[in-house]
Amino acid sequence: MNETLGTETVAAPVDTRGLNATPAPEFPREKLTKKAITADHPTWCPGCGDFAVLASYYKVLEKRNIDHEKIVTLAGIGCSSRFPYFVNGYGAHFIHGRAVPMATGVSLARPDLHVFLFGGDGDGFSIGGNHLDHGARKNINLTYFIMDNFVYGLTKKQTSPTSPIGFKSKTDPQGAIDQPVNAMKKLVASGATFIARTHAAQVNHMIQMIERAMDHQGFSVIECLSECVEFYPGAFDPANPRKGGSFELIQEKKWDGTPEDEMRHDVTDELAAYKLAQLPFPGVFGVFYQSDRPTKNALEKKWIDSSREKLGGASDRDILQKTFDRMK
Amino acid sequence: MGDPVNPDVTAVQNPEPTTNGSAPSERADLRPENIQDAVIRLAGNSQDGIQTAGGFLARLAGRSDQDVMTYMTIPATISGGPSIFQVRIGSGEVLSAGDEADFLVAFYQHSYQDHIGFLKEGGVLLYDSDNVEPNLDDKRYVYVGVPITGLTVEALGGSAKDKGKNMFILGLIAKIFHLDQDKLKTLIREKFGGKDESIVNTALMGFQAGYNYPVGNLLTQVYQFEHIPRTSGRAQITMDGNQALAYGLIAAGVRYGAGYPITPWSSVMEILRRELPKYGGLFVQAEDELASVSIAIGFSVSGNLAVTGSAGPGISLKAEAIGWASMAEMPLIIINVQRGGPSTGLPTNVEQSDLHQAIFGGHGDSPRVVLAAQTVEDCFYIALEAARIARKYSTPVLILSDSSLATRIEAFDEPDLAALMQDAKPDLTPRESHKPYPLDGITHHLAPGTRIRDGKYPLLSGLEHDEMGHPTGSPKLHMAMTAKRRAKLQKLAEELPVPELYGDPEGDTLLVGWGSTYGPIHDAVKRARRAGEKIAAIHLRHIHPLPNGLDKIFAKFKRVIVVEMNDQGIYGFGQLAIILRARYCEPKIESLTKTDGLTFRVREILERAFKGKTFPGRNAAGLGAPRDARIAAAANGAAATVSSERDRAMDNTPNQPGTEAVLASSGTNETRETEKPV
Repeated sequence: MNETLGTETVAAPVDTRGLNATPAPEFPREKLTKKAITADHPTWCPGCGDFAVLASYYKVLEKRNIDHEKIVTLAGIGCSSRFPYFVNGYGAHFIHGRAVPMATGVSLARPDLHVFLFGGDGDGFSIGGNHLDHGARKNINLTYFIMDNFVYGLTKKQTSPTSPIGFKSKTDPQGAIDQPVNAMKKLVASGATFIARTHAAQVNHMIQMIERAMDHQGFSVIECLSECVEFYPGAFDPANPRKGGSFELIQEKKWDGTPEDEMRHDVTDELAAYKLAQLPFPGVFGVFYQSDRPTKNALEKKWIDSSREKLGGASDRDILQKTFDRMK
Repeated sequence: MGDPVNPDVTAVQNPEPTTNGSAPSERADLRPENIQDAVIRLAGNSQDGIQTAGGFLARLAGRSDQDVMTYMTIPATISGGPSIFQVRIGSGEVLSAGDEADFLVAFYQHSYQDHIGFLKEGGVLLYDSDNVEPNLDDKRYVYVGVPITGLTVEALGGSAKDKGKNMFILGLIAKIFHLDQDKLKTLIREKFGGKDESIVNTALMGFQAGYNYPVGNLLTQVYQFEHIPRTSGRAQITMDGNQALAYGLIAAGVRYGAGYPITPWSSVMEILRRELPKYGGLFVQAEDELASVSIAIGFSVSGNLAVTGSAGPGISLKAEAIGWASMAEMPLIIINVQRGGPSTGLPTNVEQSDLHQAIFGGHGDSPRVVLAAQTVEDCFYIALEAARIARKYSTPVLILSDSSLATRIEAFDEPDLAALMQDAKPDLTPRESHKPYPLDGITHHLAPGTRIRDGKYPLLSGLEHDEMGHPTGSPKLHMAMTAKRRAKLQKLAEELPVPELYGDPEGDTLLVGWGSTYGPIHDAVKRARRAGEKIAAIHLRHIHPLPNGLDKIFAKFKRVIVVEMNDQGIYGFGQLAIILRARYCEPKIESLTKTDGLTFRVREILERAFKGKTFPGRNAAGLGAPRDARIAAAANGAAATVSSERDRAMDNTPNQPGTEAVLASSGTNETRETEKPV
């Protein structure tokens, strides 16, 4: 991470194709500001929890002073998936449910980029549920922020995969009857290597979680309870102290040998994470699980590097020519 | 070793004893006859390794400067079941796999029963007399029974069981066709080398046992391919269509891709998964088709033109994401190795019924480019063309191949990599400013990581968008952007070459084809011209957009017949015919379609294009009888007579692909034509 603040002059990158006759322009790099990364005004309803997520994202990017051109903001479809339009940076608004595989392609091919992915509960747990499992299993190096509002908002109040039983929606006028997805359990089971939970009304906690997620090497997921003021108002009040709820944090082990540490949560313990995920709504917040299992990015790179090494620096043309020679 | 049930063949199965490993004693009159080409069909079960044996023949022919085309069926079952490999080896241009076999090797009774109808009259049935009892009363064929199973076990030891028969057969064929046994042994060593040394030795022993079998006692004739020096001066390489696609992509600088297994596409992804890391790239096996196209799009978004592919069912699943690539103007290559549809359809048969899906298979107006490979060689070049178009016009490009191209092996001139090899790396040179969707030009996306001085970074959007990629509901912008996405394909059409006319420059009949029907259609033109027809063919590689100028070609012919392997549809026209009729409003465009899941036979095209006429086979004029009689006279007791009825009805069994009568003797007037496209 580039911690240098202030202005510096950066040499133009090497012209990788050697095609440009004119020298590439050089221009100074300025510190990344919120202004620089702000784009369209969000189309979200006033009071939507997603505003806090956007503000936290700006703040983290600004604080970490990431090279502007290396920020990649991707999303699928849904209210929260409008996210990339509100960020001035390389970004893509993809199709419903497929943001994880799309981000997988970007992440695997370009280790130099910071890949951030935003979406909602329908996008991530329903239509894209399979991809979430496999992105996690493969441990793709990216950060996935799921704004969970327990309802389909963009299509105006249908039952979502996380809607609690009894929730009355346009598709469940008698109240939802299907068991909701338990996001933390699903993520633990599918092998995500960083799993955290936060709340849109807790901006400081959210920023901490984003920073820890982006510093993690691997598939890092944050589920954020983000209220839909239009179609499920008050859904997350039980976890909001300002609304009479309680925001209970996970106490992580400090490994200090003290007796009270015995009681704290070991983030590397899958079973312990699973137990925390069983707690009744609104449950607890913080890091449920974290492990340093190798990423697919690293494993593939190892294979690529060893393949290249075996060929001893042969050119692409020589390699293909050799293959053809064997077909003669 | 004799066949107690079948006294007729027992006699020929007790050859004179030969010294193991040395040349067998042969009759002095057994001199090789020069031939131009031969169709050899091996029929057995899929675990018999007949594909391996057929592959050796194909590669040997490629090394010997012969043209090769193969035809292969794979049973849909995972293991076991009937399987064939047909190889047509010719000295010169081989266009199609052949309507009939000159030589049928039957491993089992069912192989014999299913495929005897494909043996031409006077053709040789070589069968495993341990497993097959042919009807020797049918005097149309020459019967050569060899106890293949028993002799293989004898040569390799009891543990060999059913393994190794393919190598025995290969040896036998090598002897009959006077093939270069040293080159074949080299190929066997290459194929099995690296494994346990005993595997190589076993294979060589099986081969040698077959080669030493005194086949001269069974046939009066062995054959030798005429040597016709190739003019290109380039070496030949031998591969199947899926290999050609994969290596074409590599030559095109495509370094990333993703896919999901499905027949008959899988081998493309297997090759790319194995090969791309050597080039610093990566191919990902995804959890499903939706993920694979999305991962490929992610690679393209990252600045690396990527590939995904599948067969029809998988392309259906990818349709939404391909629409995004159309909307966001993202370069992407999508390969559809077609098979019979709809739904799961006929997974191992051939059909060209995904053309409309390729062109129109998305919601909304979502223009994309569609190309079709016509031969195995063209699979290589079409990949280069797809990459060129995808990059230049920033668009998804679909390549249509099919299961017949995917599984057949052809020999072709080695591509000139010095001229063709593309550089792959994304260009991250900083820019002053950038508009992803300029209304006055063609989109060219920047790879993330490229600095933009004015600080305005682009968005890629599936929503209708403005020039910067931001969403808009403006009717004017939607009209303008829709036109922009369409206009670039119109611009592409302007630069496409008009297809070359093959045959008469003008006349009565024009055959129009696309994809893998190239060979049979061109052979049909040859044969019809020989019979006095004024006929030509054009074959479309660029199907969407179509090249301009086809109307000028149509104007030169009285009839335009579109030949394709799909249904005639509710209005009586195949899928390309519908497009051409819509495009040119030309009532003389007719349709010739079929849906039997098999490649076109030349005769099938001719008889349907010229109803009521019969056309002589390739080797009919002046050949036939004398040579057939020579073969028929062969073989102690395994006699055969030649029926005068040449054009007897062929197969009724749906599983038997058509082949053309060949084994043309150079001593006849059946010489290769030298006509060139005009």
